[in-house]
Amino acid sequence: MEVELRNITKRFGEVVANDGINLTIRGGEVLGLLGENGAGKSTLMNVLSGLYSADDGEILIDGKLVDFQGPGDSIAAGIGMVHQHFMLIPVFTVAENVILGVEPTGKVDYLDLKKARTQVREINEKYGLEVDPDELIENLPVGIQQRVEIIKVLFRSANVIIFDEPTAVLTPQEVIEFFEIVKTLRDAGKAIVFITHKLHEILDISDRIRVLRRGKIVGEGDPITITKTELAEMMVGRPVSFDVVKEPFAPGKVLLDIEDLTVLRENDDVAVDGIDLKIRSGEVVGVAGVQGNGQSALIEALTGLTRVAGGTVRFMDKDITRASTRARHRMGFAHIPEDRHRMGMITKFTIAENMVLDTYYDARFSKRRVMNWPKVYENSARVAADYDVRMTSVHDTAGHLSGGNQQKMVVARELSRETKFLIAAQPTRGLDVGSIEYIHSRIINARDTGDGVLFVSSEIDEIMALSDRIVVMFEGRIVAEFDATTETPDKNTIGLAMAGAVA
Amino acid sequence: MASTLNPTEPQARKLDTAKVRQARNTGVILILLSVLVAYVFAFGTSGDATFRLSRPNDPWAVPNLVVPAMAFSYIAAAVLAFLGARQFVRGGVRWTGLSMGFGLLLAVAAFLVWATAGKSFSLTGMLQATVVRAVPIALGGLAGVLSERVAVVNIAIEGMLLAGAFTGALVGSLLGGYVGLIAAVAVGGLFGFILAALVITYRVDQIIAGVVLNLFVLGVTSYVSSQVYQEHRFLNDAPVFRPVDIPFLSDIPVIGPMLFQQNIFVYGAFIMVCIATYYLFHTRSGLRARAVGEHPQAADTLGINVYRTRYINVTVAGMVAGFGGAWFTLGSVGRFDEGMTHGLGYIGLAAMIVGRWHPFGALMAALVFGFADSMQQKLALLQTPIPSEFLAMSPYIATIILVAGLIGRARAPAADGQAYIKE
Ligand SMILES: Nc1ncnc2c1ncn2[C@@H]1O[C@H](COP(=O)(O)OP(=O)(O)O)[C@@H](O)[C@H]1O
Ligand SMILES: [Mg+2]
Repeated sequence: MEVELRNITKRFGEVVANDGINLTIRGGEVLGLLGENGAGKSTLMNVLSGLYSADDGEILIDGKLVDFQGPGDSIAAGIGMVHQHFMLIPVFTVAENVILGVEPTGKVDYLDLKKARTQVREINEKYGLEVDPDELIENLPVGIQQRVEIIKVLFRSANVIIFDEPTAVLTPQEVIEFFEIVKTLRDAGKAIVFITHKLHEILDISDRIRVLRRGKIVGEGDPITITKTELAEMMVGRPVSFDVVKEPFAPGKVLLDIEDLTVLRENDDVAVDGIDLKIRSGEVVGVAGVQGNGQSALIEALTGLTRVAGGTVRFMDKDITRASTRARHRMGFAHIPEDRHRMGMITKFTIAENMVLDTYYDARFSKRRVMNWPKVYENSARVAADYDVRMTSVHDTAGHLSGGNQQKMVVARELSRETKFLIAAQPTRGLDVGSIEYIHSRIINARDTGDGVLFVSSEIDEIMALSDRIVVMFEGRIVAEFDATTETPDKNTIGLAMAGAVA
Repeated sequence: MASTLNPTEPQARKLDTAKVRQARNTGVILILLSVLVAYVFAFGTSGDATFRLSRPNDPWAVPNLVVPAMAFSYIAAAVLAFLGARQFVRGGVRWTGLSMGFGLLLAVAAFLVWATAGKSFSLTGMLQATVVRAVPIALGGLAGVLSERVAVVNIAIEGMLLAGAFTGALVGSLLGGYVGLIAAVAVGGLFGFILAALVITYRVDQIIAGVVLNLFVLGVTSYVSSQVYQEHRFLNDAPVFRPVDIPFLSDIPVIGPMLFQQNIFVYGAFIMVCIATYYLFHTRSGLRARAVGEHPQAADTLGINVYRTRYINVTVAGMVAGFGGAWFTLGSVGRFDEGMTHGLGYIGLAAMIVGRWHPFGALMAALVFGFADSMQQKLALLQTPIPSEFLAMSPYIATIILVAGLIGRARAPAADGQAYIKE
């Protein structure tokens, strides 16, 4: 089977997400599609899977022109897509999710779940996937959820399988298992499209590489001969340095002292399970771990956004276990939240308004509850310039900024004050390489000027680049700790700890 | 280099969990109920409360249930105090819900006994009325389930009930009960379709669209009934569907009169609840409908038509509500009065929430509200010291208590209330 995309163009308003793209996908081969966030990879594949209709261009399958009116047509043509954000229904079982849309039925529209289970088991066996058809999706770890997505695609007898950033949510061990599955599928003759912005992965698994930048194919490479540096330059459009420059490690006093901290989720499940951790000034502590192992709850507890169920938190020898968020903020806490749209900013507010979300009550910006707007504008403009937020004016709606600039705005607001302690959660998720470099430098700058930094990321490379000390969280506990000042810890050992495999 | 920490079990430590807090609150409420029962219902009450279980012409006579009022209330108070103390002290996490349910039941029983002390009262009659009064609430709740399962919040149920009541009376007066019923269902369906068009195609905010429909129906029907019906009374004089006894089953004491000596609205409601359950949980279309309510984009990627699914379900929900509306006129008094649904559509929505978006759950919750409603009616006849205005509030109070107590735990369809915008 061979799929050919010819001259595909797709616009969203002013944005040209895909600009005359030509691409061929072949059976028995893994095509690696590399590109930064926003390059247009997902858009291109959504066109192929029938979810978007292209503004221009055509799709040919085995030389014949096809016209997809919707996802149904694309599925029928043998194209299956595993989306970046899984398209699974959490309260349905595995079997229900798999059959949705192509359900086996009996009389009076009766849903034949028994048959569905048998069919799921058959696919399981054929490709060695091992998923229980009766388990609810919400009870499954992400790695298994991804297998459900794969089963879904196979159940529809797809010959082309598109994986959109499949490894973003996986542990290093799960990535290895996932690559094994991909190889099995390829050897069974399926055409695989593997989308990512991670260089080493694309080199590991692809048979052919295409690089996408700003909606255009800008290069290609043979995975055997091409180097990471060459690929990175193609992807970003300029030479990139992977190193972070920092001052020698010179820790001060203990700033934050966490003792036996326990935090519960809404349903009373234990999210953080008796953690002990000390963070000194001038030190970056990186919390590694797969999403959902209690990192978010830990951060919410430290910033005062959630109730602490047990244990104490002391900041500069003061008990702040139950202190309000504003009290912590005034003590010098800065917080770069993990989801900037949900917690870091108000997308419909202007940049100036967003910049004073935490200080509007300050005497500088308001007197007797009346805002001093000129002062706010002036200050915001200055801070935005300091932190390289690219905008036309501070009156721009924050939501219209690019992801990188939104994050810089959040960082600017949080760090432009007198701070002592920085909490950063996934601070570079979904950003372009330029913004990532910039935000890393700001975090390191905070450390070099004596702040304590607690920083959570699910990217091991980022953790290793920034941290002086690395702790690994698994199922709400700290399962391993590594000192990164003297020697570089072994990436595989960290990866194993993230998967819970600690002796 | 790597080390394992913290082998402690979470249970071993004393944690301030939401469940423990809830158990404590339950304990406090139960103890307060106990005090109420002891001081108000037991203290200074005398005589026996007599509950009649069968009626004079029933085939089998069942003896009356005679309860000594004071003793019963003191025992109830003691049990409540025990349950409350147990919840409070031990944080009896596992039994919180059960204790609360049983406690409320006891308190209501004590209240009934107190109100009936020295008099007699037909329990069977009250239970029969419970089922009758639950019908519009259950059908409203079922309409809510059907539309919210595809993520369309249906505030317009109130208006659909009212439209069904009005149409049933008008068409029923002119062309007979059955035609009136069909017309009511059709008009309900029409309003369902209009709501669907507003919120799905035109993406009007779901709450606003619902409120607009409600006001529209209220305005039109009130105008017609106050202006036109004054002059032309024959337009508002519809036949009423009489109860139909089911052979044999209707002879069972207590249960018979409750469930098997009713009119087609009661039987219709039960049948519709069964069909809706089968549809939602055992058919292909039901699976797809629920998928659309939980994660419309996922459904879309699998080739399911989100908009069509929503249109169909919301229209059918309107038909169910139209049927429920006809109960007010064709199933009850045969005549339309201004605003005669009295917000029962909203109570239907509460029943849907308490019933956790399940047809049977909504029915059960509706029965609780129906019980509160029929109890207040019977008690008004018994001449208790409580003013009848307060008694009339009881269905609404029951709504507040149940919804407030349960709302955190019930989970709405994930996409509920959100428009789906397809690229
Ligand atoms: N539904 C949409 N509406 C408007 N703009 C969009 C939409 N989807 C993607 N875009 C824009 O199109 C560009 C490409 O996005 P995308 O294909 O998601 O990139 P990638 O998957 O490579 O990260 C981005 O600038 C993005 O903001
Ligand atoms: Mg993408």
